[in-house]
Amino acid sequence: MRDVAIVGVGLTKFGERYEVGLRGLMAEAGLAALQDAKISSKEIEAAYASIMASGRLTGQEHVAALLADQMGAKNIAATRIENACASGGSALMQGYLACASGMVDIVAVGGVEKMTDVTGSEATTALGGAGDQEWELAQGITFPGLYALMARRHMHEYGTTEEQMASVAVKNHENGYKNKYAQFHKLVTVDEVMKSKMIADPLKVFDCSPISDGAAVVILAPLEKAKKYTDTPIKIVASAQASDTLGLSDRDSLTGIKAASIAAKNAFAQAKLEPKDIDIAEVHDCFTIAEVMAMEDLGFYKKGEAAKAIADGETRLNSKLSVNTSGGLKACGHPVGATGVKQAVEVTWQLRGEAGDRQVKDAEIGLTHNVGGSGATAVVHIMRRTN
Amino acid sequence: MENAPAGSWRKQDATYNMTGSKCEKCGTMYFPPRIICRNCGRDGKIKEHKFSGEGSVYSYTVIRVPPHDFRNVAPYTVAVIKTNEGPMVEGHIVDNGKKVEIGAKVRIVLRRMTVDGEEGLIHYHYKFELV
Amino acid sequence: MAGIVGYGAYVPRYRIKVEEIARIWHESAGHTKSGLGITEKSVPATDEDTGTIASEAARRAVIHAGIEASEIGAIYVGSESHPYAVKPTAATVTQAIGAGPNLTAADLEFACKAGTAGLQMVMGLVGSGMINYGMAIGSDTSQGRPGDALEYTASAGGAAFIVGKKDVIAEIIATASYTTDTPDFWRREGASFPSHGGRFTGEHAYFKHIIGATKLIFEKTGTKPGDFDFVVFHQPNGKFPTNVAAMLGFKPEQLKQGLLTPVIGNTYSGASPLGLAAVLDVAKPGNKIMVTSFGSGAGSDSFVIEVKDAIESKRQRAIKVWDMINDKTYIDYAMYLKNNRSIKMR
Repeated sequence: MRDVAIVGVGLTKFGERYEVGLRGLMAEAGLAALQDAKISSKEIEAAYASIMASGRLTGQEHVAALLADQMGAKNIAATRIENACASGGSALMQGYLACASGMVDIVAVGGVEKMTDVTGSEATTALGGAGDQEWELAQGITFPGLYALMARRHMHEYGTTEEQMASVAVKNHENGYKNKYAQFHKLVTVDEVMKSKMIADPLKVFDCSPISDGAAVVILAPLEKAKKYTDTPIKIVASAQASDTLGLSDRDSLTGIKAASIAAKNAFAQAKLEPKDIDIAEVHDCFTIAEVMAMEDLGFYKKGEAAKAIADGETRLNSKLSVNTSGGLKACGHPVGATGVKQAVEVTWQLRGEAGDRQVKDAEIGLTHNVGGSGATAVVHIMRRTN
Repeated sequence: MENAPAGSWRKQDATYNMTGSKCEKCGTMYFPPRIICRNCGRDGKIKEHKFSGEGSVYSYTVIRVPPHDFRNVAPYTVAVIKTNEGPMVEGHIVDNGKKVEIGAKVRIVLRRMTVDGEEGLIHYHYKFELV
Repeated sequence: MAGIVGYGAYVPRYRIKVEEIARIWHESAGHTKSGLGITEKSVPATDEDTGTIASEAARRAVIHAGIEASEIGAIYVGSESHPYAVKPTAATVTQAIGAGPNLTAADLEFACKAGTAGLQMVMGLVGSGMINYGMAIGSDTSQGRPGDALEYTASAGGAAFIVGKKDVIAEIIATASYTTDTPDFWRREGASFPSHGGRFTGEHAYFKHIIGATKLIFEKTGTKPGDFDFVVFHQPNGKFPTNVAAMLGFKPEQLKQGLLTPVIGNTYSGASPLGLAAVLDVAKPGNKIMVTSFGSGAGSDSFVIEVKDAIESKRQRAIKVWDMINDKTYIDYAMYLKNNRSIKMR
């Protein structure tokens, strides 16, 4: 296995992109990544496309070949990766493995989701397929519903409050406000979150990530050849993934995501690092409670202590640990298949020092945490600046 | 989506009566039913096992933004139930005038879950009522 | 002879008051209440139908009887609101109670008396020795056309009876029926609501058939009204059963325990069975019960029943009809429409 680096990244603006379709989003992010790496389409040898529900949301399956074609990469091996909301992280891992193996050099990993071509009710149903279709979705248990069940139990066991969860949204909107790619450029207060419409008690609409269109692409190269494309290669120092039962009720605990803590433990071991070494983290805040659990599962806080720390501002930009500098899924948006790849794009920008108004000072090591379904898949990557 | 009938039919023992499974080697019970024991793997001995349908609320929420097929019943309460046998299951809590809270005791009832359009099947399913 | 070995009843918890329906149509609630002898009616939840009501009653009956569901050899469900035109409610009940597959089952329809018709059928099967136990259910989620007088009364509920020869709680001494072709009330295939003959439903339909069947069974058994501790008549409203009881020589106190329509409405196929269940909830060994159902179209089934000692040992397992009646949640007309799935979603 050889070292692998991210040498180019591209992102579309996230949001309700009514003017552009599935392939347009791919092309927009793909072109940005090619330009960023100053690389020719012809150099790409393999592509991994992550998308969760293109069939249900757009009618289009078989999207990896479409991604390769839209990026101008002719006749390459192109493969779709679907792991619900963790598709992006999983695709990045597959791209990493392909490159690290020595089989191919230049790999494009592209994530995309086009969600606004169906009604909100249809999108809710499609997303519900990330849980257990037969035993959760068939009973009308929606995605917010699953996280609400976790939130209720977290509140019961640890005294976590709705206000503390709201503070996650407040922080991530602060960060998203500074990100031109983010879906929302709007500051919110705890009071506004608390007074927003109830979706699945205790989660309100401002506790939930939105329905978004968007795409993200990263280009990987062997570290030894990375300098050809960039002055600041971002080395992938850990890539770990774990799974758990599809259904929530079969898990050991509702108050944490075991797959995430296992993936994190393995990632830290691979990187020979500890949570305290991390400067920035992009975590999977599909719901505010998810960020609370992420901070605990990743080892940044002890069980039951993250919510208070977040509410106290410990994870705001340039404080103890800067979390979700992009705005997270909450404010930057959550085009499902794109999310895991977008996290890597944001970490790359931060480690390169290209994050503008939201730049974290001296960021050297970053982490991404991408969760699929209600926790049946989790992927953790750790990346490090190498110049 | 237009459903063909076999999908719900094959699950009827489970959806009507909470028939799950039990590994006779290690004693672990499962709902929904499964074929391979999580503890014993290929050495396990899985047999059908009917659950009592009794348990208590472990966590709950009220779904206010439902999937398409549930629009006419929203809002509805769903819960994770800790069954008396041990395993957790998810299900609806029907309104019977009692207040849902963690720890509240429940028992199984049979209700409609979804209906396939104007002409399709009616899908019956276990739900829970507070006792 | 065959008798009842267990029973189960189910009444949905929602109620709508006569005043609330009258409010919508600008009618006088007072006149309706005095004219029909009813104050409120039961309404099923959105996720309830004849199949779920029948299944719940059936599950309770199996528990009450203390038998295994697999011992049941026949299930008949009487209703005028089967969820499917073609696909038996009885099969849903079979699955729901874990009975079968070695049993016979069918759905019955005879307006409001299909439940008692089923009771006669399982009596015959048990009596002949073809089966050991049979289950008869009357269950309905009946509908009255909005604005029609029926809207005040058409309600939901059901009861299930298991008939057998062992551990009988109430012996069915005799049964008699009276049937003619009488067009008092009907619903054509595909129609959402029934039609009825207005005042024609009285003398020539309800009263003629109830009196006909009841007099037949008096003759057959050599009994008279004074011999009975309880009497249950079909109860399309509060007035008809009260009047027919008086015409036949029964006293109001014999009728009271099984007269449910004034507070839950007309549960159609569930009506006489629920009335009988309410009586069995309190009946003592040795008590005699007269039951006469009525189904439009038209016919009546009469039963003479004698309560046995075994009723006491099973009594604590019964969920009492009047307890269900008193445990209720009132809803307004808008919620009534939502519960009836009358709000158009497409």
